[in-house]
Amino acid sequence: MTTPFTPEHDMLRAVVRDFVRTEIDPHTEAWEKAGRFPAHSLLRKMGRLGLLGLSYPEAYGGGGGDYWFNTVLLEELGRAESLGVSLGLCVHTDMATPALARHGSPDLRERFLVPAIKGELVSAIAVSEPDAGSDVAALRTRAEIDGDDFVINGSKMWITNGTQADFLTLLARTSGEHGARGMSLIIVPTSTPGFSVSRKLDKLGHRSSDTAILAFDNVRVPRANCIGVEGGGFKIQMEQFQRERLAMTLMAITSMERALDLTRGYLRERRAFGGPLLRNQHLYFELAGLYAEVEALRQLAYQCVRSYVAGIDMTREASMAKLIAGRLTRRVADTCVQFHGGMGYVEEYPIARYFRDIRLYAIGGGADEVMLEVIAKHQGMGPKSK
Amino acid sequence: MNIITLVKQTPDTAKLSRTLNGLQLSADGQPRIVNPWDEYAIETALQLKEKHGGKKVTALSLGKPEAADALRTSLAMGADEAVLISDPALATVDTLGTARALAAAITRLGGADLIVAGRSAIDGNDAAVPAQLAALLGRPLLSYVAALKAVDAGAKTITVVRALEGGRETVSATLPAILTVVKEIAEPRYPSFMGIRKAAKAPITTLALKDLGLEASALAAGLSWQVGLPQTREVNCEFIAGTPAEQAEALVSKLIEQKVI
Ligand SMILES: Cc1cc2nc3c(=O)[nH]c(=O)nc-3n(C[C@H](O)[C@H](O)[C@H](O)COP(=O)(O)OP(=O)(O)OC[C@H]3O[C@@H](n4cnc5c(N)ncnc54)[C@H](O)[C@@H]3O)c2cc1C
Repeated sequence: MTTPFTPEHDMLRAVVRDFVRTEIDPHTEAWEKAGRFPAHSLLRKMGRLGLLGLSYPEAYGGGGGDYWFNTVLLEELGRAESLGVSLGLCVHTDMATPALARHGSPDLRERFLVPAIKGELVSAIAVSEPDAGSDVAALRTRAEIDGDDFVINGSKMWITNGTQADFLTLLARTSGEHGARGMSLIIVPTSTPGFSVSRKLDKLGHRSSDTAILAFDNVRVPRANCIGVEGGGFKIQMEQFQRERLAMTLMAITSMERALDLTRGYLRERRAFGGPLLRNQHLYFELAGLYAEVEALRQLAYQCVRSYVAGIDMTREASMAKLIAGRLTRRVADTCVQFHGGMGYVEEYPIARYFRDIRLYAIGGGADEVMLEVIAKHQGMGPKSK
Repeated sequence: MNIITLVKQTPDTAKLSRTLNGLQLSADGQPRIVNPWDEYAIETALQLKEKHGGKKVTALSLGKPEAADALRTSLAMGADEAVLISDPALATVDTLGTARALAAAITRLGGADLIVAGRSAIDGNDAAVPAQLAALLGRPLLSYVAALKAVDAGAKTITVVRALEGGRETVSATLPAILTVVKEIAEPRYPSFMGIRKAAKAPITTLALKDLGLEASALAAGLSWQVGLPQTREVNCEFIAGTPAEQAEALVSKLIEQKVI
């Protein structure tokens, strides 16, 4: 099979794989128990290796590579034992910083992108609110214009890296307009007075990732912290979401492969009815079929990467890929638990954690139903179709 | 200081499962890696350069053209230059032939203050090449080095701690010298992405035998070997019955009878 990866990509893969195996995986249990991974020290290590800015411009300390390098990073993060750590890292590289890199002013990039790439500052993306998740256009956090400043009031919910972030890429209302209009994407340092972490959420999975509710009480930041033009935030965030969805899909794919590999290995060892369970055709047919679907999804995801690299809009395909990832991960996780029997239900085996962790993928980054709405629009159906 | 680090590309022994003939592990089609011990050598060389403001670190390998990948990894870790000795005539060369070719290449490169290698290669596990190289170059060999105590580039001296089976030994030598290092010496760094980018574009000098002024016949293996299954032996087991006291009695008389005790 042909591959989009060059020997350079392969070398990066070897480094990231090694990094995940020695710097992340051995800490899985401890970080899951602690409810967070040490974002600062881990990002520092990755920053020194240049892993946080693979495709960002060299002028800002990035690697100047193409998005296939990010693809390699995300694929290897998807193979980590704890998807919580992977999500926290992926938020930093692919969800909270792309808009800053693309639309931020040179000064904003100097102050936030450069240290983010070095791993000196931890970032978070703050879009969702208690009353606005799928319906992003309904968000209520306000950034009132006061001279040269924004004064921010409101609250954000579900914010990954929320208790550790040094700055947020925040979507807030900057005018009295309703719906998608009048929103701006603003860089907010968490050291600004008036910002606080209301609480860390206790979750079903992704336990090594800190997810928090954040509060803003007259948080004053300069208007110069706006990414792109004031009022253009929704559009820029929608663009940033495409990359977020693609990133989640890429991690989902390798995570599923790992889960299927673990299950195949388990069934090969586990003996029942006079032989290894893997001899049972129902079991290996089921796994073979899932491997096939994962591969099909990978090819769709790679097509999205190709478009992204070429600068072609991939909203339709990325939404399709994210939808399929959300659905397929559920089937893969459920099948893997089932085929592990009781061992799939105990925390001693990695499959139980996978089952809890991967459930997020059909909800976070836009729920399956939101993807369906986007796809429907592209296929000329639903209220949003023209 | 000029440092040459010897790098061998080996199969990933952790991934070998198939055998060729029920005897020898097959590495065909398997991923190849930098001999893990050599990563410690590269790290040692890089740290020496960083500490002593050395001129350059050159990674030198002998192998098939694919061995260039191992050199690229060395470059990505921070080596300044890479040289590959590759020639179809070297396919069956033994350790002495390898050492001869390496010695010729090192001379051609203008020599070095230090030559650093891993303690052995994980495929052959001979640990012979650095010693043979030292003999050919007429320079001291410091093997199994676990720590560097002092390196004085000006006075051309080096003092190291060797990790031996029975203990540790501190020895000094004059430079140029050949070092082989063990794990304790330093934790190898990960190649950085900047390093990978640079390595991908860096030229790798390839030398054939004629570039080294060597004839294939001069490198031919002096000894050939074959792998075979050990002879099967008939073993008869006899179980001694009785109370423990009776068993002991019977066992001792048998052993005396067989002249074992
Ligand atoms: C662990 C975790 C981490 C997260 N990290 C972040 C983060 O870092 N930053 C951030 O901004 N957000 C983050 N989120 C928020 C996430 O993006 C939202 O949870 C998600 O978009 C869904 O929004 P909601 O929870 O408000 O669900 P709701 O919008 O209340 O929707 C509930 C359910 O209703 C259904 N539904 C919704 N809309 C439609 C529709 N149009 N048609 C049909 N059915 C529909 C779906 O099944 C959906 O799951 C995170 C969430 C989790 C759980």
